Amino acid sequence: MKRHFFLIGALIAVFAFFWPAGASAQGSTPSDDDVNRIARELYCPVCENTPLDVCPTQACAEWREQIRLMLAEGKTDAEIKQYFVDYYGARVLAEPPRQGFNWLAYLVPPVLIALGAFVLVRALRDWVKPGVTEAGTGESEPPADSAESDEYIQRLAEELQKRR
Amino acid sequence: MLAELGFGVLVLTFFLTLYSFTAALYGEWKRSEAVVESARRAMLLTWPLLTLSALALIYLLVNNAYQVSFVYEVTSRSMPAYLKATALWGGQAGSLVFWAWLMSAFTSLVALRKWERDRELLPWVLVVAAFTLAFFLSLIVFFENPFLRYWQTAGGNVLRAVFQPANTLPFIPSDGRGLNPLLRHPGMVIHPPMLYLGFVSFVIPYAFAMAALITNRSDDRWIRLTRRWTLWAWLFLSLGLVLGGRWAYDVLGWGGYWAWDPVEIAAFMPWLTGTAFLHSVMIQEKRGMFKQWNMLLIILTYALVIFGTFLTRSGVLSSVHAFAQSAIGPMFFGFIALTSFFSVGLLIYRWGSLKADVEIKSLFSREALFLFNNLLFMSVLVVCFWGVLFPLLSELFTNQKVTVGPPFYERATAPLFAALMLLMGAAPLSAWGTASARTIGRALWKPALAALFVTAVLFFTYTRHPIALIGFFLIALVLFVTFYEFWRAARARTKAHAENILLAFWNLFGRNRRRYGGYVIHISMMLMAVGILGIELFQRETQGTLALQQSLVLGGYRLEYRDIARFPGPDSREVTRAVVDVYQGERYLGQLYPRIDYYPEAQQNMTIPGQRPTLRDDLYVLLVDWKPASSSGATFKVYVNPLVNWLWLGSLIFLAGILIAAWPERERSAEQ
Repeated sequence: MKRHFFLIGALIAVFAFFWPAGASAQGSTPSDDDVNRIARELYCPVCENTPLDVCPTQACAEWREQIRLMLAEGKTDAEIKQYFVDYYGARVLAEPPRQGFNWLAYLVPPVLIALGAFVLVRALRDWVKPGVTEAGTGESEPPADSAESDEYIQRLAEELQKRR
Repeated sequence: MLAELGFGVLVLTFFLTLYSFTAALYGEWKRSEAVVESARRAMLLTWPLLTLSALALIYLLVNNAYQVSFVYEVTSRSMPAYLKATALWGGQAGSLVFWAWLMSAFTSLVALRKWERDRELLPWVLVVAAFTLAFFLSLIVFFENPFLRYWQTAGGNVLRAVFQPANTLPFIPSDGRGLNPLLRHPGMVIHPPMLYLGFVSFVIPYAFAMAALITNRSDDRWIRLTRRWTLWAWLFLSLGLVLGGRWAYDVLGWGGYWAWDPVEIAAFMPWLTGTAFLHSVMIQEKRGMFKQWNMLLIILTYALVIFGTFLTRSGVLSSVHAFAQSAIGPMFFGFIALTSFFSVGLLIYRWGSLKADVEIKSLFSREALFLFNNLLFMSVLVVCFWGVLFPLLSELFTNQKVTVGPPFYERATAPLFAALMLLMGAAPLSAWGTASARTIGRALWKPALAALFVTAVLFFTYTRHPIALIGFFLIALVLFVTFYEFWRAARARTKAHAENILLAFWNLFGRNRRRYGGYVIHISMMLMAVGILGIELFQRETQGTLALQQSLVLGGYRLEYRDIARFPGPDSREVTRAVVDVYQGERYLGQLYPRIDYYPEAQQNMTIPGQRPTLRDDLYVLLVDWKPASSSGATFKVYVNPLVNWLWLGSLIFLAGILIAAWPERERSAEQ
């Protein structure tokens, strides 16, 4: 049962990775806000890690005007983004495009996290039910029927520990 | 003269550190107390020496000694003296000196403690600390020397060297290039030291951990000895992160405080492992379990501290090729590889002796929940690490540069943070050892019901955004659980000690600082979460070009452009300041003054927002562009950032919480 929870959790994590970025609406007159809507999702082609809508350089101001021009021509958001990708490479996008080598960007973290969760759950299963391990840790475990008295001893040990 | 002195002292300190390292090793090998003592004293000497060197550099900075190339690069005559002094950490070489100085200060503090009881750890703590310090000093002495000076040859070429080369004359530029305008801000004056303090102080618990591994002490003595160090380290690192965020918010002019930039993440990663470590050491202290895991966490934290410094200092982030060109990049890489190899190797070697009988009674016991907490922190780390690494790998293997930006991190980490909040709600109610779903459920249902009620109220009055509602529910849950815990404990005290409730509440902190300080930190985190949810989900923005008297409207605010003026400011800035009247409906709220500061020497603009902070939201106005008032007017960008000020409020409470947790306890300090 608990394992199912983790499976579902892992699935949600994987799913979340593939959730598409929100689609945007299309305005008729390209206002600053229309331009910024697209610029916000693009990265300055020359500065590092600076979104195009906030980049203060002259070059970026010109790129924003380019967006305005293309919007006025009736280009869609996707077409404008593609134009920038074609000219300046995939680095202008906020995320690597989902293709080829870039899939690694999206697959490695969920796989590693799922692996971590799996290892922890496996380990917890062993730890929580001592006595019914298969090969286990190799340490001698008390027989299952002594669980009750064992718990008593454990509690006693804890009490003593506290007193110390 | 001062430059030679500063450099000479650096070289001397470098050799002294090497001596301390070697003597500690030799003394341990020959079992010679005297040699170990000599190593300790050598280490104690590094701090005054490095202080002398750093002071020499600061003196040169403040006194416009532009023959020194570092001074030329980071200061200029027009800068105020305090900025000149703090320009020490405004450039590569100086910040490495600062790093080394802090490191020697902390190592000296450790060397000064009473060592009678843990004498066997001393040489190894010295070895690890001296090795780290020697590494940083070697970077300074051999690659990033802040005391290099300019010399001009007869042919007119300008060289850089500490000592005068033959047939050259001193070359003294008339003015310096000045500090990057972005760094001329009070936030930038204290943010790097805080971050460095956090980075450096995590070296100490690591050194103790290694000493414990080497001497095969499998008990939790090293954890108890470094508990307060770790808390202080965590405090500084957290403060560094928050101050960096505040600086970005006030100076960078993009209406936010955190952009998932690799430089930010470089500091965030050791924070993640450090936070996981702070939680999981409690399992070892209480139940004697997971010793290997705690070792691994502190090794990872140390590696990430060095890795973070490497990321920001080697130029690798701008391009993998910059890394290969920079002299210190490969050195860092080698150092991380070497220390990780040794630490992990040592851990594997001692694996058996650290083994404890692991017994977890229930998946709902506190130790089990702490393990889930660790899993989640490590998961966030995986996302961050991979997000920083992937663009480098992409450039290396496919020659294609890509950006891994906020959408990637937000999508991946949001569910993880939500799960962490759920744990933050449940874990305080569970007990060590035995706790079942039923016992937790019994304690949880009242706070959960209250949180549900709050969520319902928010649903009808504030938002119907599903993610926001989930977030607010979790925040309310954690807050109610924490208050419930306080109330329960205080009430028990009123009965047992016949105290009134306020006194009982106060005395709780004295009784178990770490627990109740920790709870205060949980509360502060939730306040921060309110701010983060607010700005992430509800931020609104608009931009428009206005003539005088025209208005922009956003989120119930109306902003009217009143005036613009240009005037020279301090620090040789050219200030262009707009005056904007703010109205809410018809009510006049006051004026805001967004401005553009132009730094002629750097030819760089700084866009400083006008802000109107309230608990409800932050009105944040930027002057993006302007023309003379008579012509087409000025362009403003306006953000309404709901709830964001809870983030800053939360960070103040966070500070209080950590001070409570880290404050020395009377009984304990007597015992130690």
